[in-house]
Amino acid sequence: MNAGTTAAQNAAVAAARPARQSIRARLALTVTGFGALLVATCVLAPLVGSTPLSLVRVFDRTVPFADNVDAQIFFIARLPRVFAAALVGATLASAGVVLQALLRNPLATPFTLGVSAGAALGAILAITFGSAVTLGPFSPVPLASFAGALIAVAIVYTLASAPGRALSTSVLLLAGVTLNSFFSALILFVQYMADFTEAYRAVRWLMGDLDIGAFGPIVATLPLAIVSFGMFALLPSSLNLLSVGGDVAATRGVDVLRAQRLAFLSASLATSAAVSLAGPIGFIGIVVPHLVRLLVGVDHRVVLPASALFGASFLVVCDVVARTVMAPLEVPVGIVTALIGGPFFLWLLVRRG
Amino acid sequence: MAARAKRLIVALLVGTALACGRASPDQTTGPAPARRIISLVPALTEIVFAIGAGPQVIAVSSYDNDPPEVKTLPRVGALLDPDTERILSMKPDLVLVYGSQAELLNHLSRADIPTFRYRHGGLAELATTFRQVGELTGHLAEAARRSDEIERRLDQVRRRVAGRGRPRTLLVISREPMSLRQVEASGGVGFLNDLIQLAGGANVFADVGRQAVHASTEMLLAKAPDVIVDLHYTGALDDAQLQKEREVWRPLASIPAVKSNRVQLLVGDYLVVPGPRIVQAAEEYARAIHPDAFTSSR
Repeated sequence: MNAGTTAAQNAAVAAARPARQSIRARLALTVTGFGALLVATCVLAPLVGSTPLSLVRVFDRTVPFADNVDAQIFFIARLPRVFAAALVGATLASAGVVLQALLRNPLATPFTLGVSAGAALGAILAITFGSAVTLGPFSPVPLASFAGALIAVAIVYTLASAPGRALSTSVLLLAGVTLNSFFSALILFVQYMADFTEAYRAVRWLMGDLDIGAFGPIVATLPLAIVSFGMFALLPSSLNLLSVGGDVAATRGVDVLRAQRLAFLSASLATSAAVSLAGPIGFIGIVVPHLVRLLVGVDHRVVLPASALFGASFLVVCDVVARTVMAPLEVPVGIVTALIGGPFFLWLLVRRG
Repeated sequence: MAARAKRLIVALLVGTALACGRASPDQTTGPAPARRIISLVPALTEIVFAIGAGPQVIAVSSYDNDPPEVKTLPRVGALLDPDTERILSMKPDLVLVYGSQAELLNHLSRADIPTFRYRHGGLAELATTFRQVGELTGHLAEAARRSDEIERRLDQVRRRVAGRGRPRTLLVISREPMSLRQVEASGGVGFLNDLIQLAGGANVFADVGRQAVHASTEMLLAKAPDVIVDLHYTGALDDAQLQKEREVWRPLASIPAVKSNRVQLLVGDYLVVPGPRIVQAAEEYARAIHPDAFTSSR
């Protein structure tokens, strides 16, 4: 056990050691590669759908927008979906990387700390009680799910933090898992008491949905996403050391408490925003980080931006599949992420092994 | 082609219902009509009361609200959570259940309690259901009379909208409050689809062989319905909320129904129950799809 830990420590320290030239080159190469993939998927995705579109008609300015079906499909139905998929995919994948490092647990996901269960409880209460509370571009269900997510974050954070001491990762983990079960029980209870159609709608919400139908909610989510990604950008070097252990990180000059807080808050806020926008879309937050690590190594300075870019492309592609493969019926996107991601990940694992 | 396929499906469904009725002995109670009835299906509860068998009912499901007499009756669970112990302890001589309640059916058959299995079907099966329930409860004559009257009044609605064309109609069964997310619409099967047809509309999802379709924004725009019937049957909505619910359609301006202000919000649980109140439902749907057919009488 000791030997293993020492080896892991050495590897992490080696990864964190400033090998400036090579890391810059690798970062540039990775970002260019995954960035190109993202650009390509985002350009192609809106061109595909269940209805054939004429691009000439889409951009025909002589027809008023309100009368132009092709333009309405392109700008109201498809583009917001693609942007939402990119934003949510990038967010969940990055939050997965951050939490796996923070909790030093490869099985951690953005939903491990109870954020998604809190969001789901909020959403389901809004659905069951027919909430009519709206705020700006946000309709009742996303609003309630965001509130639920924030409450979950606040509870877990309060439980795990003691003044002046580092966050206890085991308390974080246990509090998160317990909160998940507790909220899930509440969700089941509300569903059990609800009408049959409401229960169905709640289940459908849990499968994830990117069909937002407007830019408003996406734009309104952006500030929070930008702040979270700004915080992510400060993290990679600390994450390299935190993923080995708080003591090692401290001896290497990391302000452990500050880094942990930053990691926890950025990942939780970003996840709250993503889940309130599109529901708890599973699988991305756990598989994309591991997939990216298999491709580019373990250094968080590369893994984090690569995961964000790849997570975005991955969800954009999954959503294209979701809305075309059985058209006119639509497969819930959360099912597609698991059905495509699972076998792909296993294949990569076996091939590397 | 589609019409023939639909007729075939309806025929198959009716056939299945009849076959079940003949094959399984537990659906007939013999000559003595049931005196202690428990209904777990709101549509059947309404039928039982409509044909005058209300006094024979001893308990209903937790979803039952209509007619008002059920409010004082004991509740014994519903579709997913029937209270088997309570049901057995009440010593019913007929239990009306959903065909999918397999476990409950097992318990009841072991206790030798007669059951009537029900599945929601199309409009065509309503008359059959009336007669079956009438026979089991000893009110066959009244059941036949009520069923014929419903047929007659549905036919009036059908005639009223005849010859007025068939606007392409989208029937929204449910969606997220104050938003066009998670829209579920009526597909080309089931009694809601039959009602659109009867009320003089052409269902935009007639080609989808399912009762409900998850309609994405793209599908809503591409189907371009002339009329949208937007159902709200759970909870009460005040005027301001109704107005806001109507407003959510506005961004999809290329849809003819939105452009010509023909998004009709209908409120009430009778709109989705295939029971005796189906006549009012049919009239409301017809009024929403063909308002001009009703202007003269008002």
